[in-house]
Amino acid sequence: MEWVNALVQGILLGGLYALLATGLSLVFGVMRVVNLAQGDLTILAAFMALAIADASGANPLLSLLVVVPVLMLLGYVLQRGILNRAIAGGVLPPILVTFGIAVILQNALLEIFSADSQGLDAGPIEGQSLRLTDQLAVGWFPLATLLVAVLILVGLQLFIGRTQLGRAFRATSDDADAARLVGINDRHVYALAMALALGTIAVAGVFLGIRTTFGPLDGPVRLIFAFEAVVIGGLGSLWGTLAGGVILGVAQALGNQVNPAYQLLAGHLVFLAILAFRPRGLFPSASIRQQA
Amino acid sequence: MTGVSATPAFRVERATPASRATAIGGVLLFVAMASLPAWGPAGTMKLLVEFLTLLALAQMWNLLAGYGGLVSIGQQAFVGLGAYAVLISVDRLVLHPVLALAVVAVAALLVASLTSIFAFRLSGGYFAIGTWVIAEVFRIFVANTRELGAGTGVTIQTLVAMPAPERQALVYWLALALGFGSVAAAALIMRSRLGLALRALRDSEPAALSLGVNVFRAKRAIYLVASVGAALAGAVIYLQLLRIQPNAAFGVDWTVKMIFIALIGGLGRIEGPIIGAVVFFVLQQALADYGSLYLVLIGAVAVGITLLAPRGLWGLFTARFPVALFGVQRRLAVAGPGEGPPRARGVVSE
Repeated sequence: MEWVNALVQGILLGGLYALLATGLSLVFGVMRVVNLAQGDLTILAAFMALAIADASGANPLLSLLVVVPVLMLLGYVLQRGILNRAIAGGVLPPILVTFGIAVILQNALLEIFSADSQGLDAGPIEGQSLRLTDQLAVGWFPLATLLVAVLILVGLQLFIGRTQLGRAFRATSDDADAARLVGINDRHVYALAMALALGTIAVAGVFLGIRTTFGPLDGPVRLIFAFEAVVIGGLGSLWGTLAGGVILGVAQALGNQVNPAYQLLAGHLVFLAILAFRPRGLFPSASIRQQA
Repeated sequence: MTGVSATPAFRVERATPASRATAIGGVLLFVAMASLPAWGPAGTMKLLVEFLTLLALAQMWNLLAGYGGLVSIGQQAFVGLGAYAVLISVDRLVLHPVLALAVVAVAALLVASLTSIFAFRLSGGYFAIGTWVIAEVFRIFVANTRELGAGTGVTIQTLVAMPAPERQALVYWLALALGFGSVAAAALIMRSRLGLALRALRDSEPAALSLGVNVFRAKRAIYLVASVGAALAGAVIYLQLLRIQPNAAFGVDWTVKMIFIALIGGLGRIEGPIIGAVVFFVLQQALADYGSLYLVLIGAVAVGITLLAPRGLWGLFTARFPVALFGVQRRLAVAGPGEGPPRARGVVSE
């Protein structure tokens, strides 16, 4: 029963990881760029929610109303101001620039909030759970996280597949030059994609902050989890990202069941095994763009 | 000369007056610096060990990213590997530190061959994070191994037992050999067939591919070289620090330093990391008291340089004063009609 419990908790944890990974997957899908500041932006969102909750006394879930638009705006500005220029420079600049931004964010947060671990208090929902059997209970909040992750992924899928702007995303992803020829402003499209990605990152950050403690230096770990979920699921595939998140969560939960010290190691090993035997991921179906 | 000769008199040259001067100056500097333990203060030697090991780390990362186009954020895997390999060789196998470095090199070569299988499944930004994951796996593995001191770390006892002046001189000489060796190795590699392939790769990967360069093999070779170099640097760093902790030895901070030094000096040039190491070292000494604000500045400078001066400080300098301190580029020296000695003609921009 302990193992079944670990499995269930792992699936729920996977919801959080899928949420963390969505932004990475979206950005890579549209502009073939890896945002190395992703983890630190997640932590930034959590700290923003903390500052808002502390100042207003409101539930951190309400802070989403502020954090999501602010991060989306930040995403747009960041892409238009800095990252578009980096992308134009070739393969190396986007990696180096986003890594530089990661270093800046980490240390700025450290300077402002000190190295202490923080947590967001969302009230009674955090402790309540749905009791399935005597030994098996499902927390409402982790369940809600998984549902939100699924909703966001479904929403993105519909948006990219059905709307005019979504078509512009796909066109730019397939061939930016050709998209420009038919009148698409690719710099604007990239900036919108980054804004959307940072919107999902904002949600991920607030949910992360409610679920666990966080500190200014936790960004890289979150980036690595998000990245592992994306690679396990298959590059550029949004549904793969959900599956990858769940597989990573289950691997960590089962590893934790063996020995708490092996929680992270188990996730890393599953990731390396996928790289060795299924380098294109488990579900390499391309939703945004056909894999080259 | 009366007729048109069937075979024009030409030869391929690589050395330039500046490169000859650099070689001679380098040897003289090396000899002068090697005598430091006889007269210099211990504090100076300590600082120089730090500087020379940073130079070696950055030079190796530059080979990887600047020439190979492989941005790794996981070279700390090899810094830590070097640290623990030298600990095992010196303390457990009772080898002399110099011999221990040979063991470190072989161990790093084997491990890098293994990790390359995983890392080379990825490219671009995913390669960057993939190498980082590999370093994390190393860290977690060591942090859970009681024989290696687990999370609290270990001390290299044999070196602690050595008389301090003797230990200081030994570590200094090793660092000196490593620092100068890394520059010489980079120059030699760039003069070789592999170097030609890598520079073609650096300038345009599709073009190199179409000319028959085995891109995968060249990248893998440079990954192995850079990893062995990082491991040797890690070994010398921890021969000086003596205390090894997994979180520090496998910390991403090592790679942040390598990236910053190579970027600020100039990616894809041997001169780059040398300039970058000097600038970084001075900044570090001057701004160390500012803690995390100093790292904010470092990050901002890295972003700014990438966008505004992608060739770094050395690139800015050579744009005004064209000079190559290392004769790696092949140039055709042709003897034209009516001319005396063969005149060197630049073929491609280095």
